[in-house]
Amino acid sequence: MSLWEYANPVKFMATSGRVLPWFAVAAGLLTLAGVAWGFFATPEDYRQGATVKIIFIHVPAAMMAINAWAMMLVCSLIWVVRRHHVSALAARAAAPVGVAMTLIALFTGAIWGQPMWGTWWAWDPRLTSFLILFLFYLGYMALWAAIEDPDTAADLTSVLCLVGSVFAILSRYAVNFWTQGLHQGASVLRAGAVTGSDTEEKVSNVYAVPLFVSMAGFVLLFIALVLMRTRTEIRVRRIKALEARARMGDA
Amino acid sequence: MRALLVRDLRLAVRAGGGFGLALAFFLIVVVLVPFAVGPQPEVLGEIAAGVLWIGALLACLLSLDRIFALDFEDGSLELLASAPVPLEGVAAVKALAHWLVTGLPLVLAAPVLGVLLHLPGPGFVWLTVSLAVGTPALSVIGCFGAALTVGLKRGGLLLSLIVLPLYVPVLIFGAEVARRGAEGLAVGTPLALLGGLAAGAVALLPFAAAAAIRINLR
Repeated sequence: MSLWEYANPVKFMATSGRVLPWFAVAAGLLTLAGVAWGFFATPEDYRQGATVKIIFIHVPAAMMAINAWAMMLVCSLIWVVRRHHVSALAARAAAPVGVAMTLIALFTGAIWGQPMWGTWWAWDPRLTSFLILFLFYLGYMALWAAIEDPDTAADLTSVLCLVGSVFAILSRYAVNFWTQGLHQGASVLRAGAVTGSDTEEKVSNVYAVPLFVSMAGFVLLFIALVLMRTRTEIRVRRIKALEARARMGDA
Repeated sequence: MRALLVRDLRLAVRAGGGFGLALAFFLIVVVLVPFAVGPQPEVLGEIAAGVLWIGALLACLLSLDRIFALDFEDGSLELLASAPVPLEGVAAVKALAHWLVTGLPLVLAAPVLGVLLHLPGPGFVWLTVSLAVGTPALSVIGCFGAALTVGLKRGGLLLSLIVLPLYVPVLIFGAEVARRGAEGLAVGTPLALLGGLAAGAVALLPFAAAAAIRINLR
């Protein structure tokens, strides 16, 4: 029994079919609970008013936008090294979810930024690097869509994902250097906050607890969506194989 | 490999493709800018460094799909892949040829066009330096993008979508050097970062490009 058994599509389909409903239900419950708790059961912030509640969507979406790319990177590496098709298809399935998360983060950020900073958009390092991440996603998905042969497409997108990751990180620090920002630093998860040595502002517990619920919900939501899309990709692949076989039979 | 370089350069010059075209495009971009933002010298002077960098980047982008496409169509790319030179070397030479044909003329032309945009005096040196350091990185990143999309029928647009995000760090540091130079500030840090980035790209991306070509020829 090893993890690599799930590289077998049959095994993957059986197991993912069994666990998917659980993930989907848990994701729905936690996301709804976190967001509803955040929206209706937390007090308004003394400075930010009701707008602070955007955090319950903005922060989890931004977190998943980056983690989706990290997952695609891992899947691409697995495909390049061990050539498991499920891995390549999972990377392909994760990209649209990641791009949706990036868009959600950008839009909720704009809605939040308008009353807080007085502007919809600023060329701030975090905002800018997210916009660039969005472009990376678009290029990655376009390359997948443009290539006919599935193995070639998987290979080339993996290479792009590896190179793109390096450049995404470079861009992140480049834009940091390029301009100083409005966006606050990390204030939810910080090493110092755990040890108590941290004296800077951090999100108070009233907001942090529902935020963690919402984050957990988004993680599960991501897993559920990627599983679902990977299953669809495998089925599409099977249909194509069946069609090809039928054509062979006719000829 | 030297034969390949000479061949590529000859093809570029004689086949009437990239050589003058990128330069002409660069000129056109620079001419269009004052029409769009107005001809006041102080406004133009402020944005000159950035505009020249953008123009150089777009001009470079324009000729990228020619790096491998023609060789792929007539089959000579397969010959090159089976030739007794490493494919990484072929990719590096192709990028070098692209730089000599498009990058170098842009570097040389940039100061002249800087005059048109009222670039402040100390900016000329640093603009040239930043382009000289940065354009090789643009060529080699573009060479990787071209290798990724070489087998596609309409790869040009896709190529720019893939390559432009990769150009972001080079553009940031390059334009920063030029802008700080034009304002008379210290340029050491961004120049060092730009140099490191270019060196890293030149050292590593030919391998990625060769891998992409191998996949495309399979």
